[in-house]
Amino acid sequence: MNIFGMPAAEFFPKFMEFIFIVMGIQFFYTAFRVLRIRDNDPKRITTIIFWVILGVLFAFGKLIPPMIAGILVVIIGILSLINGIVVIGSVENDEKDSIDGSNRLGNKIFIPVILMAVLAIVFAKLIPESGSSILGFTAIIGVIVAMIMTKSGVSEMMKQSDRLVQQVGAISILPQLLGALGAIFTAAGVGEVIAGIIKGVIPTVSPMSGSIAYVLGMVIFTAIMGNAFAAFTVITAGIGVPFVMAQGGDPAIAGALAMTAGYCGTLLTPMAGNFNILPIGVLNMSDKNGVIKEQAPFAIIMIIAHILLMRYWAF
Amino acid sequence: MEYLKLIGILIIVLGFVFKLNVIFTVILSGFITALVAGISVPEFLTILGENFIKQRIVSLFIITLPVIGLSEKYGLRHSAEKIVKKRDNLSPGLLFSAYLLFREIAGFLAMRIGGLIQFIRPILYPMAEASYEKFNGSISEDEREKLKARAAAVENYANFFAQNTFVGASGVLLIVGQMETLGYEVTNAEIAANSLPIAFICLVLGVIIYILGDRKIRRAK
Repeated sequence: MNIFGMPAAEFFPKFMEFIFIVMGIQFFYTAFRVLRIRDNDPKRITTIIFWVILGVLFAFGKLIPPMIAGILVVIIGILSLINGIVVIGSVENDEKDSIDGSNRLGNKIFIPVILMAVLAIVFAKLIPESGSSILGFTAIIGVIVAMIMTKSGVSEMMKQSDRLVQQVGAISILPQLLGALGAIFTAAGVGEVIAGIIKGVIPTVSPMSGSIAYVLGMVIFTAIMGNAFAAFTVITAGIGVPFVMAQGGDPAIAGALAMTAGYCGTLLTPMAGNFNILPIGVLNMSDKNGVIKEQAPFAIIMIIAHILLMRYWAF
Repeated sequence: MEYLKLIGILIIVLGFVFKLNVIFTVILSGFITALVAGISVPEFLTILGENFIKQRIVSLFIITLPVIGLSEKYGLRHSAEKIVKKRDNLSPGLLFSAYLLFREIAGFLAMRIGGLIQFIRPILYPMAEASYEKFNGSISEDEREKLKARAAAVENYANFFAQNTFVGASGVLLIVGQMETLGYEVTNAEIAANSLPIAFICLVLGVIIYILGDRKIRRAK
């Protein structure tokens, strides 16, 4: 399939880069909103620097040398440490607009958001090569429909972008940063050390101890690295094979269970930033560990279920 | 000393326990781990920068903020409230249970959904909040915080424990590939079928938790 004379597999990475430029513009706009407030708050300057750096990292990410990008990320860390990033100059929504809008539009107000979500699913099915970039495309369709329906101009749309960008704030970059930390852990060989420790504490070899070791190994490793996929390769080779499969455990059952056991670890860790930390920003929560606290009892019951299934189903 | 490499994990744990600045803690953890493992400072900066850029996709939700912002400004929340108020039996637990089921089926059908941004923030959470208020009479800041956490969690449960029921899921492909490397013949279909019990247990456990949550509201009333 060709798009603009390009094979789809070539077009979508380019389109993704375009989406990142749009996101960069959103960050630059927020920097501009902060800039135009005539305020003597010293944090105004650090806040502007933060949003400009973020804009640069997104819009020009492909062009800047990785080391420079790394230095910019460290600067963000320092700005964050000195609490230099604050919410300044974003609009506040009027309760009256909301009530009027709801009375006028009724349930039609859901159309842009649902359109964005449903079209993303449909397009992803039709064009598998599109990857995640399709959500960027349907978000643009959604916002155009929303602007027409609510009779809003570009400036009003951008003010809403700024309102939510500032509300989500610096925490929005944390999932990305944790992903980078995972890469550093991998480069440093943290994974091998952990696999060695888990192997060392298994007392006797039996179907039960093997099942516990394989499941808990996946949980702990995933919780530390924040990624069940990385855990699966290391723990299956290091623990799954000698302690479960070699003892007669069915690899098709044990393998399937090990992967979802890893996801129990994902529920428990701040390292899984896009699942457990991102909602803090997106839903405007105050407790940074709130999502993990909610998920912990669920995760523990699921871990027990995994151990029992592995012991009595895989063997 | 191999164990010294784990110092980064210790820094992260201490950072979260003592509520230090999270962004700085994460960078510090990476930096110290790199130093201990013999990675030079320029190399560290390169890995950090390269992966931060590579991971931009995680922040894709930023582009959806204008449409959510506009919808919120023009009454998204009020309209969600009206839907909930019209239906007497629409409790928070029923909403969460229905979403859990819908989201698990979506996983089985291989629909790629960024549920938090597309459904939880603009649709499910406002409805859950309105429904909670309807049943409880009011909602305190503490209760609101817990409800938000619950709304974020339902997306994670369904996403994690149902995604491998699809034969082409990336997790399934990884299992098949890794097992092959280790010398075990397994098929995509087997792995997907063997992922069904966990998806079912997840659904049942979720529904039980949400029914208990509803009971708590009714009792408090």
